[in-house]
Order: sequence, then structure tokens, then C-alpha cells
Amino acid sequence: MSIAAAPSPVTASAQHATDPLLEARGISKRFGPLLAVDQADLALRPGVHALLGENGAGKSTLVKILYGYEQADAGEILLDGRSVQVRSPADARRLGIGLVFQQFTLIPALTVAENIALFLPDLPPVLDQQKIGRRIRELSERYGLAVDPARRVGTLSLPEQQRVEILRVLLAGARVLIFDEPTSTLPAQEVDALFDVFRRLRDDGYPILFITHKLPEVFALADTVTVMRRGAVVDTVAIAEVNEEQLVQMMFGETPATVHRGEVHPAGTTVLSLAGATCLGEGRPLVDLDLTIAAGEIVGVAGVAGNGQRELADAIVGVSRIKQGRRLLLGADASRWSVRRLRDAGVAYVPERALAEELIWNMTLEENVILGSPGRYSHLGGLTVDRRTLKEDFSGRMAALGLELPDASRRAGTLSGGNAQRFAVARELARDPKLLVALYPTRGLDVPTAAAVQELLLAARERGCGVLLVSQDLAELTTLSDRLLVMRDARIVADLNPRTADPYEIGALMTGGEA
Amino acid sequence: MSAATFASIVAITLALTPSVLYATFGEIVGQRAGVVNLGIEGVMLIGASVGFATGIVTGNSYLGLLAGAGAGVAFNLLLALLVVGRGTNQLASGFALYFLGGGVSMLIGAKYVGRDLGGLDQISIPGLSGLPSPWDQIFRQDLLVWLMVPVAFALWWILFRTRWGLKLRAVGEDKNFSFAAGVHTRRVQCQALALAGGLYGLAGADLVLAYTKTWQDWGTAGRGFVAIAIVILALWHPVRAIFGALLFSAAVAVGIELQAQGSPISPFILDMLPYVVTIVVVLIWGRPKAFTVPAGLREVFAGTAK
Amino acid sequence: MSAIAAAVGFDGLGSWFDHHRRLTTALRWLGWATAGVLVYAVLILLYGKSPLHAFHEIWAHTLSSKFGLQDVAVRMTPLLFAALAVTIPARIGQVNVGGEGQIFAGGAGAAWVALTFTSWPAWLLLPAMAVGGMLGGGVWAGIAGFLKARGWLSEVFSTVLMNYIAILGVSALVFGPWRDPTSSNYPQSRELVPAARLPHVGASRVDITIFIALGLIVGFDWLLRRTRWGLEIRAIGGNPYAALRNGVPVSRYILAAMVIGGALAGLAGMGQLSALQFRLNPGLSASFGYMGFLISWLAGHNPRLIVPMTFLLAVLASSGDILQISQGLPSAIVTVLSATLMMIVLLARAGRRPA
Repeated sequence: MSIAAAPSPVTASAQHATDPLLEARGISKRFGPLLAVDQADLALRPGVHALLGENGAGKSTLVKILYGYEQADAGEILLDGRSVQVRSPADARRLGIGLVFQQFTLIPALTVAENIALFLPDLPPVLDQQKIGRRIRELSERYGLAVDPARRVGTLSLPEQQRVEILRVLLAGARVLIFDEPTSTLPAQEVDALFDVFRRLRDDGYPILFITHKLPEVFALADTVTVMRRGAVVDTVAIAEVNEEQLVQMMFGETPATVHRGEVHPAGTTVLSLAGATCLGEGRPLVDLDLTIAAGEIVGVAGVAGNGQRELADAIVGVSRIKQGRRLLLGADASRWSVRRLRDAGVAYVPERALAEELIWNMTLEENVILGSPGRYSHLGGLTVDRRTLKEDFSGRMAALGLELPDASRRAGTLSGGNAQRFAVARELARDPKLLVALYPTRGLDVPTAAAVQELLLAARERGCGVLLVSQDLAELTTLSDRLLVMRDARIVADLNPRTADPYEIGALMTGGEA
Repeated sequence: MSAATFASIVAITLALTPSVLYATFGEIVGQRAGVVNLGIEGVMLIGASVGFATGIVTGNSYLGLLAGAGAGVAFNLLLALLVVGRGTNQLASGFALYFLGGGVSMLIGAKYVGRDLGGLDQISIPGLSGLPSPWDQIFRQDLLVWLMVPVAFALWWILFRTRWGLKLRAVGEDKNFSFAAGVHTRRVQCQALALAGGLYGLAGADLVLAYTKTWQDWGTAGRGFVAIAIVILALWHPVRAIFGALLFSAAVAVGIELQAQGSPISPFILDMLPYVVTIVVVLIWGRPKAFTVPAGLREVFAGTAK
Repeated sequence: MSAIAAAVGFDGLGSWFDHHRRLTTALRWLGWATAGVLVYAVLILLYGKSPLHAFHEIWAHTLSSKFGLQDVAVRMTPLLFAALAVTIPARIGQVNVGGEGQIFAGGAGAAWVALTFTSWPAWLLLPAMAVGGMLGGGVWAGIAGFLKARGWLSEVFSTVLMNYIAILGVSALVFGPWRDPTSSNYPQSRELVPAARLPHVGASRVDITIFIALGLIVGFDWLLRRTRWGLEIRAIGGNPYAALRNGVPVSRYILAAMVIGGALAGLAGMGQLSALQFRLNPGLSASFGYMGFLISWLAGHNPRLIVPMTFLLAVLASSGDILQISQGLPSAIVTVLSATLMMIVLLARAGRRPA
């Protein structure tokens, strides 16, 4: 079965007849100056209901309010027609509302059964492993959620972990199921399996709400769709009565801006080369890896998270040791170089959450810049700090990268996540690097910030920098990359042309399954 | 080595083990709940001083054990107040507890320096005490020695087979997710620290009531810190902890026996042996495999969090 | 403070507090001092003595007399080094609980130099002893630092267990190969030659190493705030993961910090040996290492606060001895008081973060 299959055979008319099980009326929520949700109405009946909108449209916030994670400033929530208070996730679960987040909240060191047991409302003081195992297996079979109760969650793959999350909310007694971007971490084949699970649940009478920003999913699975834009509900329609263009109109209001790629560059000289490299670091070891990145090209890396991407970045940047094989930077043998030496030679790095992984939150922005290029801003081996050059750079190069920072003496921790990411990228690009390693640089960012970061990556490419872009956003990868690699099990299993590669082929390569 | 020497070493080892093992048990409970206690030594000293005082005043060493355990519970709850209640830095708070415990124990014990008491009775297992000398001394031990294995299994059962134990482990792995799952994390941590405190106090009281039978300032000689090291060696598992504690106690026992036999090796070098052995053993065998270290502790040792 | 004011309903007062931050800070310190004095008073009362009388004694014999202040200064000298030995690693996120052992190792190192090169003149012998002290303490701490830098063992365990090993080691030396044959009852080394004695400040008992300690504190503060090295140290202390990815050689800093910290503690040992005791014996350190840990935490690992906090603890220690002599109060009271103070400060600070 493919995602583009025909919509499910539930008659639209039958839905209108029943009363909504869970309803939100007039929900509003403000975060400081930002109105995240603006008088939203949502009604859930048995069937599959999609909540569609771009990043930042307010879908997540609305759903968090339904689950008690946030409190609405105005409006009410009704269950079975009666108004209820949902003050915490525990309240929500007691009322029968179940939510599966995008980021799983499982405890890796505990087993599947133990993780599920934590959620059970009626757990006896002495655990009955057999009984819990039995209940898990019953539901697994019923809904196609195969998983071994005795395994530690940390050893499970992401799709398996998602199944545990679903089993957890089901066993906790949920009557309504909400999923926040459930397919974001799944390759194509697993998405089909998940949708099959949704269909079985729906057939058993569960109302299902799933958040997404991907249109094909909406048409494949949902009976009804609610579109949100900038915090407000634009409309709620039955799938049978609407087409793709109309939904896009509702989502964006106007045609969305696309990132302009520019001409494809012929690749220049080789900037980085890993030859038969075996790397040991903090995570899994990489064995016998071959990789080249040329100047002025963006090499994308696709793959399910946890398959060696982080280790690859660590290996290139110098955090991991190269035990065998070689790492060549601009022709020089850099296999034994330290992180600092690699950086001085032109390697730059932007991690996923800059504020946690690359910037020092309790130091000022200025100090963070100095930290990134100590050779430039300090002399006498570290005795002095050159503040004047720093100020010039701030008003010169950083500004040229579109980053305006009136107050560079504020602490990095005061920046928002999105701004911190942009600052981190600008900081690295201001060093005029030859190679930029970007590890999930736009994950979690809202659309305008993500676009800004993507523009910066393209600008780097224009200036002749070689870029390694690791991302989970296949659209981003296919749009930006000149070459697309796929990683699986700490190996590079394919080198594709992003323009012509088939998403199913990529998905199969990512998971080792069949297309 | 003669049979008599060997039997003597074994007997002394067993007699010494509870004072380290129960402390290790306590720290396993505490660390699995996400709290590192650098001040075990202080709580042990409180348990020892209160236990000794009670033992002398009442004439009943078992009452002393109970009093020591109770004092340990109360004193360790100070750590709970600091770390769980207010979120202070765990290592610094533990250290303060160590210093405070040491000081208070000196004040309590001052009256009883130089006094002796009878101590806990030696209990023998009916069949085994009929063994020929020198082997019979191995099986004449106080109550806490015989309880070591049952307590280890009891703790294992509590941690892995009860609802409370599951909650405790969940809190130690990930406080935020546990909280989201509806666990009262603070309550669970306080309860864990109370149990741990009782175990620490028991360990301290055992040392003075069953072994030394006198009071000496700072008499626990670092066992509280050794316990933390043994927790790593035991991979946070109560039954495995027995072996680590036996190893440490054996090193002490060897030193004692050698000194008793008039060995030419400096007694101080012999006294060093247990600590060196502990460090070396933890270095060799103490590398945590995946999923053995409670994940919540990583922050504490990385120095980045509280 | 503003939170307290707001809680009591004085919102306007709360913002007044925000505006006058210096005053608020001063008030906060005053609050802690008051709490400390109260606890001391309670402890004294528990033993049936009059707190007011006791405080008067303390004042008379420590702060208002020349001898008293000298005594405080003498006590401060090793504590300043011990505190730095904790502060420097602490800024990199390392917890050095091994000051005590490092002092002993340093004392042993200095003693070895003094007992071996007995014919050297003072201007050669004393610096050599200092080097011996720094080597002893530095190597001792360096072992723990190395194990930590390699990721094999946390310094929290290694340093504290090595304390016991070091103290026993010194006892072994002093009861054994270095034993003074003329004093068979008391375990100590032979007496050091006159050339091995540190000069004192004027006619007092304070030795010149106190100036070295103060200089080092000022130097470290300057290093932290003004140099790139200080920036990198603060980066590691803030986020070691990020610091590594910025190219900071984290393992090198960890090792260096521990070695330097240990070396400073070793200097404290050398100072005690060479200025006050003139023989190596198991009483080299009266828990200076642990008190250094306390001081560093009280000071929030801020070099600028080390001197006042050391002064405070030195006064406390001095007061303990005075009250023991004059009132018969057990000196363990000071231990209890110091630990209680640390807890109070920890509690008070915990509410205020996350700056």
C-alpha cells in the first residue's frame, strides 16, 4: 500500500449525525506577545481527523491544551458534552484523552512493560509481570502493534518505540487518541504500517486526531480535516469535499515562498575526504567509511536518526578519534588533528540545538564568538583578548550575514532557540570556513527561521564552502543537496542524485526494507 | 597460609562486611532514585554514635541498632530537604552532611569515649557451629551478617517487583518523564532517602556495636565513601554489591590478620590496602555498561547540572 | 528578596529591592551572618553556657587583639591554598575533595627535599621544598585528574579515597624510614634544619607564604576574567560538551586544573611543615583540605570571595579553640557550625538561581 491510496471508506454523512466525543470551544492562548491559539474550535467524533497547518500555526499548542500540558487563557473543553477541567496530563489521562508526542517520553533503561506500567491507573503495589505482559500482547495483536514487552526501550527502533507509546495510552484507558506529527520520524514503509494501525483503531470506534503538515497523509487517511493558520482555525471540512489546492490556500493564505536554489554548481576541489576511516567516539564506532565533500557542494545525508549521523559529524569535526584509515582536509592528512586544529584549518560545525550543544549559555554573545575563533581574537597564546577586532567583526561580517545584534553583551541563554540557531550559523560562517558540518540545523525551527538558516547554507555554498547537511526533513534534503547520501547502521549505503531519487527508494535504503 | 589464618581472615571479613554493605545498599536505593550522597560517612557516624550511646545507656545493643537506624533516617532527611526540597547541588550538600554528621557524632560520642559494651551476640547456625576449629568461628556471627543476603534479595525485590520500586527507578532515570507519567517524584525521592538513611545508620551502628564495641571519633574510616565506589562496582544491583563489600572487607581483614601475626610490613601500608584495592577494582571492573547507570545521575557527575 | 516581598504582598517593595541590588546583596549577607550567629548561640546554649559571654571572649581574643589577629592569619594561610585547590578545578566542573590528601602528599614531598638536602642554604632549600611540595600534591591530584580526563573514574571517588591513602602513607613514612630515633614515643620525622624554615612576617607567626596565596588568588581572578584561558575555563564550566566542539582541549584543562589545584594544596602542606611544625607527622593538617572545600563552596567558587570566607572560617576555628580553653566547650562545635553554615548558604542560594 502506498501513501497515495484512495481515502478511507467512511461516509461523511454518518459522522455529522453523532455528537462529538471531545470538543474544544473558543480556546485562546497567549505566550507573551505571541497569540499562539486564537479562539479555536475543534470537534472530534469517531473517525480520523487531521489537524493541518504549517509549523507555528498553533496545532501543537492547541493539542497540548487538550492534554493538560498547557492551560488555555480562554475557552472550554467538553467531554461527552460536559465541560471539563484538564489541568495536567494526569487529568487528561483520567478523562480518557491520550496523546502521543513527536518526541517520545519513554525511559530507555526500563523495559516496554515497565514503561507501560507507569502509565496504568490501576497498578497494584506488587507488580504482576505476567498480567501486564498479557494485556500488552492482547492489544498488540488487535491493532498490529507488535513489540516484545521484556525488551528495554532503549534497544528498540523508533517505529517500535512509537508502538510502545501507542500501547501506553491505550492501556491507560484512552477513549480519544491524539498524535502529534506521528510520521516525522518514520520512513515511508513504516508510515503505511502506522496508518494501518490508525484504521484498525478507527474501526473500533476510537476518534483519532493527528497533527500533520503533509498533505498526502491527510488525503490518505483522514475523514475530516481542520486547517489552522497563525493560531486560528481557518475551516473544518470533510475530505471528500475538498481538494489539495484548496487546502494549500487555507494553510498559507497565499502561495508559500519556496527556497530559491539557484544553478547547480559543478563540484570544485575536494575539501574533505574520509578514506577507509574507522572512528571511535562517544557513540557507535564507524567502520571503514569513505566519504568526499567538494568545495561549493552541499552533500545531504538522509537516514533514520541514530544510525551514525552524529558519529559521522563527530568524526569529521575531530571529536572522535580516527583509529584506522585517514581523514584528509584540503589534501593534508588531518587524521590526528585536534578539534582546534581542524577548526583553525577551516572546519565549522552547526549542531541541532545550538544553545545546548555549541554555545555557552551563561557567557555573552561576544564571548561565544571569541570562543569559536580564539586565534583571531586573542594573542600571546591566550593571554589577551582583542575586543576591537571583535566589535569590527560584529558590525561587519556578522551583519553582512543578516544578523543584527544590537546588544552583543547579552548572555547567549537569553536568545530564543530559533535566534540562537541563526546566531550559531552566522558565527560559524563569519569565520569563512572551507567546510561546514550542519547536523539537523533546522529541526524544531519555525518556517521563517528555518528558511533563513537554509538561505545561509546556500550562501555558504555560493562562497565555495563545502557543506555536509544531515537532516530528517527529506524535502529539505532533496531541495538543497547536490548529492544525497543515505546512512544506515553506521554505514553509507547509497549516493544518489537528489533530483531523481524516489522517496520510496530512499525510505527502503534508510530502513533496509523493501520498497 | 595455614588453615587457621585463612579461617580467621574469612571470619573477620564476614564480621566487617555489614558496615560497608548496608551503606552500599542504602546508596543503591538513593542513587537509583537519582540522588548521590557524598555524606554517607556523616550519616553512618550519626548512626554509630547514637547507636553506641543507646547501647550503653539501655544495656541492649539491639536497641542501639534500632536507634542508630532511626537516627540515620532522620539525618538523611536533611539531605532530602536540601536536594529534593530545594534543589541544591548534590555533591556539595552531601559533603556538608558529612561534616555535620562527623561533628555532631563527636559531640554525642564525647561522653562515651573509652567505654566498652558487650555488643551484639554472636549467633551460630545450628549445624555449622559444630565444625572443628578453626572453621567454626566463621559461622559465629552477629545478626546483621546473617541478614546480609536476605536483605539484598529483599531490596532487589522491592526495586524490581513492586510499584514503588518501579516509580523509584523511573524517577532516577528521568525525573521529567516520570513526573509527566503522574509519579510524585519528590515524595518518592524523600521516601528513598529515608530508607537509605536507615540503612546507613544501621551500617554505622553495626560497626560500633558488633565489631569495635567502642567509640572513636571518625571511626568509620571512609567506609561511607567506599560504599559509593562499591555501588559502581555492583552496577547498582544489591546482590552484586555483596561481592564488592566482601572484597573491601577482605582487604581490611588481611591487614588485621597480618598485623596480628607480627608481619614486618608497616601497619599503615596494610591499612592502605583496602582503599587501593577499591580504586583498582572499580577501575578495572567498574565501567558501566549500557543502561546500568541511572540516567538521571549523569548530570550530577558531569558538573553541568545541580 | 523581591520574591519574598512579593509573597508578603509588598509588590512595590519588591521592585524597590530590584532597583537597589547592592543593598539587597548586602542585606542577604547580613541575613546569613545573623543566621550563623544564631546557630552558634544555640549550640553554646545547649552546653549550658552564655552565648554573650562566649562571643565576648571570642571578640577579645581574635578580632580585637594583635595576637588574636595573628592567630587568625596563621590559620588562614593553609586555608587559602586549600580553597584555591578546590576553586580552580571547580570552575572546570571538577569536584576536588582530595585537598587533605594533597596537603599530606605535598608535605611529604617537601619533607623529602628538606631531609635529603640538609646542607643547602635557605635561598636554595626553601624554593626546592616548595617545588617538592607542589610536585607531591600535583602528582597526587594529577592521578585523579588523569583518570577523570580519560573517562575512567570520576574524581569525586578517586580524590576522597586517596585522602586516606595519603594520610596513611605519611604515617608509614614517619613511623618507618623517616622516623626520628630520638623521640620513640611520638611518631614524627627528624627535625628540619634551620635552613628549611620559612621566614616569618616581622615578629609574628605568620609566614610569607600568605602573600603567595593572596597573590595567586588575585592572579586567578584576573585570569578568569581577562584572558582567553579564563574564557575557555568558564566555557568548560558552563557546558563541557559545547566547549569541546568549539575546539577547547577539555581533557588538557581537566588534568591541568587538578594538577595545579593539587600543587597548591601541596604548598599548604609545605607551609605548615616549614613554618610551624618543623617535623613531618600525622598532624600536618587539621582538616584544612576539607575546610578548603567548604570555603570554596561558601564563596561560590568565586576567587573574590575566597579571602572573606577564609577569614570567617579562620575566626571560627580560632573561636573553637578559645572556647574550649576558657569555657570547656568541645571544639567539635565549630565543625558543626561550619557545616550548618554551608547548608544555610546552599539553601539560600538554591532558591535564587538560575542566573
